[in-house]
Amino acid sequence: MIQAILVFNNHGKPRLVRFYQRFPEEIQQQIVRETFHLVLKRDDNICNFLEGGSLIGGSDYKLIYRHYATLYFVFCVDSSESELGILDLIQVFVETLDKCFENVCELDLIFHMDKVHYILQEVVMGGMVLETNMNEIVAQIEAQNRLEKSEGQGLG
Amino acid sequence: MALKMVKGSIDRMFDKNLQDLVRGIRNHKEDEAKYISQCIDEIKQELKQDNIAVKANAVCKLTYLQMLGYDISWAAFNIIEVMSASKFTFKRIGYLAASQSFHEGTDVIMLTTNQIRKDLSSPSQYDTGVALTGLSCFVTPDLARDLANDIMTLMSHTKPYIRKKAVLIMYKVFLKYPESLRPAFPRLKEKLEDPDPGVQSAAVNVICELARRNPKNYLSLAPLFFKLMTSSTNNWVLIKIIKLFGALTPLEPRLGKKLIEPLTNLIHSVGAGRGADRAVSAVLISLSSGMPNHSASIQVRPARAGASPPLKYLGLLAMSKILKTHPKSVQSHKDLILQCLDDKDESIRLRALDLLYGMVSKKNLMEIVKKLMTHVDKAEGTTYRDELLTKIIDICSQSNYQYITNFEWYISILVELTRLEGTRHGHLIAAQMLDVAIRVKAIRKFAVSQMSSLLDSAHLLASSTQRNGICEVLYAAAWICGEFSEHLQEPHHTLEAMLRPKVTTLPGHIQAVYVQNVVKLYASILQQKEQAGEAEGAQAVTQLMVDRLPQFVQSADLEVQERASCILQLVKHIQKLQAKDVPVAEEVSALFAGELNPVAPKAQKKVPVPEGLDLDAWINEPLSDSESEDERPRAVFHEEEQRRPKHRPSEADEEELARRREARKQEQANNPFYIKSSPSPQKRYQDTPGVEHIPVVQIDLSVPLKVPGLPMSDQYVKLEEERRHQQKLEKDKRRKKRKEKERKGKRRHGSLPTESDEDIAPAQQVDIVTEEMPENALPSDEDDKDPNDPYRALDIDLDKPLADSEKLPIQKHRNAETSKSPEKEDVPVAEKKSKKPKKKEKKHKEKGRDKEKKKEKEKKKSPKPRKKKHKKEKEERSKGRKKSKKQPPGSGEVAGEPVHNGAPEEEPLPVRGTSAPPPHTCDVRGSLQEDSQVTVAIVLENRSSSVLKGMELSVLDSLNARMTRPQGSSVHDGVPVPFQLPPGVSNEAQFVFTIQSIVMAQKLKGTLSFIAKNDEGATQEKLDFRLHFSCSSYLITTPCYSDAFAKLLESGDLSMSSVKVDGIRMSFQNLLAKICFHHHFSVVERVDSCASMYSRSIQGHHVCLLVKKGENSVSVDGKCSDSTLLSNLLEEMKVTLAKC
Repeated sequence: MIQAILVFNNHGKPRLVRFYQRFPEEIQQQIVRETFHLVLKRDDNICNFLEGGSLIGGSDYKLIYRHYATLYFVFCVDSSESELGILDLIQVFVETLDKCFENVCELDLIFHMDKVHYILQEVVMGGMVLETNMNEIVAQIEAQNRLEKSEGQGLG
Repeated sequence: MALKMVKGSIDRMFDKNLQDLVRGIRNHKEDEAKYISQCIDEIKQELKQDNIAVKANAVCKLTYLQMLGYDISWAAFNIIEVMSASKFTFKRIGYLAASQSFHEGTDVIMLTTNQIRKDLSSPSQYDTGVALTGLSCFVTPDLARDLANDIMTLMSHTKPYIRKKAVLIMYKVFLKYPESLRPAFPRLKEKLEDPDPGVQSAAVNVICELARRNPKNYLSLAPLFFKLMTSSTNNWVLIKIIKLFGALTPLEPRLGKKLIEPLTNLIHSVGAGRGADRAVSAVLISLSSGMPNHSASIQVRPARAGASPPLKYLGLLAMSKILKTHPKSVQSHKDLILQCLDDKDESIRLRALDLLYGMVSKKNLMEIVKKLMTHVDKAEGTTYRDELLTKIIDICSQSNYQYITNFEWYISILVELTRLEGTRHGHLIAAQMLDVAIRVKAIRKFAVSQMSSLLDSAHLLASSTQRNGICEVLYAAAWICGEFSEHLQEPHHTLEAMLRPKVTTLPGHIQAVYVQNVVKLYASILQQKEQAGEAEGAQAVTQLMVDRLPQFVQSADLEVQERASCILQLVKHIQKLQAKDVPVAEEVSALFAGELNPVAPKAQKKVPVPEGLDLDAWINEPLSDSESEDERPRAVFHEEEQRRPKHRPSEADEEELARRREARKQEQANNPFYIKSSPSPQKRYQDTPGVEHIPVVQIDLSVPLKVPGLPMSDQYVKLEEERRHQQKLEKDKRRKKRKEKERKGKRRHGSLPTESDEDIAPAQQVDIVTEEMPENALPSDEDDKDPNDPYRALDIDLDKPLADSEKLPIQKHRNAETSKSPEKEDVPVAEKKSKKPKKKEKKHKEKGRDKEKKKEKEKKKSPKPRKKKHKKEKEERSKGRKKSKKQPPGSGEVAGEPVHNGAPEEEPLPVRGTSAPPPHTCDVRGSLQEDSQVTVAIVLENRSSSVLKGMELSVLDSLNARMTRPQGSSVHDGVPVPFQLPPGVSNEAQFVFTIQSIVMAQKLKGTLSFIAKNDEGATQEKLDFRLHFSCSSYLITTPCYSDAFAKLLESGDLSMSSVKVDGIRMSFQNLLAKICFHHHFSVVERVDSCASMYSRSIQGHHVCLLVKKGENSVSVDGKCSDSTLLSNLLEEMKVTLAKC
């Protein structure tokens, strides 16, 4: 199970915060901060796995992250997930974002947090991996966008 | 009007959308908080508008603010409003906000049940999808129970998009509502072979999660997964399956052998590239956990030598798993692992450390620890250094110090560790010191000398500011020096060190230990001096105590203060005696006679309960709650107090002491709960032979006992090597001679003789005192399991055939009142059975079921030949009913809380059957559905010895209520019951009725016909009954807020009526509960003996009640939008109340 998905930039500003386990808002912020400090001090060429985030879970949980340009994508998962599998999933997620926003950059995430959430919902549902096939994900998102557009026209 | 609309849309144009909000926040970097609070005010305004688009926009912005850490739970109701919008665009926004902010504590979440159910059955797949996604984030036990059946239906949806989501969310439902697992499992299994790969992957995902916690229940699926593994091309699915096999193989060793071939094929078939990496490492990881000896670890090595960091990490991870089963193959990679300790990546270093833990043996322990110590010196950052420190201690102390051959070396390591600055693990080191000193008797002398130098050195005192810092070791040092003061070389010097003024800067709990142990030390010095005849010396020590103790008396810590002032008085008294030349040493040291033994942490729990003692039975009648709470003692002593406090008889003389001791012994001997001292011979008092009788420990003199100054553990490594070398030589010699006496000493217990490094004899023959356990301790180790583990509930046997009672509840109405009461049924039935064994009985109850229009009804039938008993039974039943109604635990009924209300009518009907009438017990539970439909569930129980078959239920329809029959059948046809009943079996049948008007109660006549077959042949039998639909049963418990209630009353379009019932003695609380329970009302407000209540009929009538309790009477004033309904309701209520 995935416990949390966090996206923040090089300064620790949250861009997407998705917890699959209930934490009060202030704890969520604290977790984001702590996670940011944990990954920030790590070089780019060392491994993408991290143990010891004390706030979520405990020893069964790992942070698996990737760093893209100005953004960190961090998944907090338990031992039932494969580390490399999740790394791959992050890649799928980011590539999907890239397709949906056409050359995604941090600004897209800043101004369209809702859309990023909708895309994520097609990849991960309630902490479980829903779909890993990018074409399928993109197809569903586009279909939903069309539906939204048609409703918008109906609205006049 | 038009103007207003235009104005509305212009307003909307000026509303901020999400992008504007984000931009605004970015433009107000300096006063962000102020800007946001402004925005929140605007959002609050927007939420008040009727336009759903405006609301959705506001909720969308709230979701963004939630991410920034703002609590948006106040808007929960608005979020629900947006969720129930008809447009997908808005619905999606609502569900997103809900998934981010709702949780089990959100009170309005129960309001979403129907909305979600509607969305789940929506024709648009995306409406359904968005509802499933949202629900997966905030599903509660109630939602899970109510919606389980709907979701299960979706698992067979035509669209794969819905199927896969429905399959995935089932895991969440199982977690919250474990009863659903068994009924849903067959379908889940079916989905493993779904044509759509996405659905298949979801099913694999869910089963893997389930199997991870309780693998043994899923062994039967192994062949299916085996097939999937060989056929699937989806890497994601492959990884999951391999992980699953990793969990299954330890349980079924044959599986391991079978897997080797396909796995090797897999490794070879995936070429280079990311996918391959992943598959390989996943394979390796799972291989390790239970495979027969395999070349797994050899494959890891190349992966690690030059591989990318992630692979290196995974290699180490895999090795740690292999280690558990094949320690040898990992030990050969020691060099590589030690290298990894130098890696710049902390994750890799920590992994390597973990591995080392499993790799140590007697041979290499010293070497590995030495290496670790150098890392401790080099390490930057306290986290990693602390990790190293705990690892060193873990490694050394594992399995009862199994690998330590030289405890002096270990003490020196501990002492060296105390020089670490800024560590948070001072208490850990302290605990180790105490443990070793107490349990390894041979080491005490050495330990004491080390500890006294620790007490002496100033650097520890300096660091006393930090909690749990290194100063904690002083706690241990002081205690060891005090307790084993006979081993001290210069007790006087140590005493002075412990009485230094600087000590008062230490944390309270350490000072307390200082105070206590100063006295022990003092006692032993006193004894020494007196024995040597130095009366003056003794008085000087006493004087020192009297001078220095006041600094502790002034301590802010209560414990220190108390101990110090007690002891000060004691010392002053001694001083007086000394002045009179009375010898006191004996008596003072008697205060600390006897030894302290370690007690196993579980010892208390393991004391067996003596036969005939029922710990749950009350000895006296329980007192009222409030009293018992106050009485409960709180833990008074400091948590870190690890020793049993010694008793400190203040000035008791020897005689008194002896007498008390004797009395206590006597008491202990008679007290079954006292942990007796017999198993450990060391625990004696002074009058028995002293400590000397302890199994004698010989110390190998090849090791110097005292290392001058602070010890350097390195010396030991060298010494150890020499010693081993010598031992080896000796042994060779011995082997040649062959005629040698016994080898020196015995192996200490705790180490297993089967070790490969068995031939290394420990440097000291050490007796490790095992922790004390009570006699007849129960060996079971059940207590390791966490009873709160949510996954335990899912440990369910899935292979058993599904019982009828386990079916998932179909849509049903949930009643807040009844759902809380523990459910029990059959109580009255059993009673009746004994009274009239030869009678047919029927009881019908109904369970409410509802959807948008809610309705419910209740009926019951109970044909009985005699009328007198009938009333009695009714009472019985209503009592039984209060306890509640649900089927036995485990039945799938759970969700369908039957809503019972009104007094069910029982009609005694003559029994037509002649010979051996087959009795039935029928519980009828009505459930409500849309379109004024009511489902009546009848439980039929066969009490006869005949088999009942061909059952048919026919009901005479009234104008108002009709039974729904299968298409094509006429009004007079019966509806067949779809099962047979062997003797003693019960089953439930459901029938649907359509109701027109609900303002009146009504009765329906019906007949159940059946064929009873026994050895003598078959007979056709009939049973008449009546169904009673009371008005209360059409009410649905609906919560109502007091302001809404007040508005309703003010509106004036309600008609009014009232009743009064005398002679009621029941408490008001119970009375209200009764009304809530039987008539489906909820309490809006209660003031003293007056309460307002509300309920709503399935056709939307509001019913308001004001219940007032007088001396011996109760009056009920009611207001309702339909006067007939109200008067009927009040009549029913009167009957209920009259019975109170």
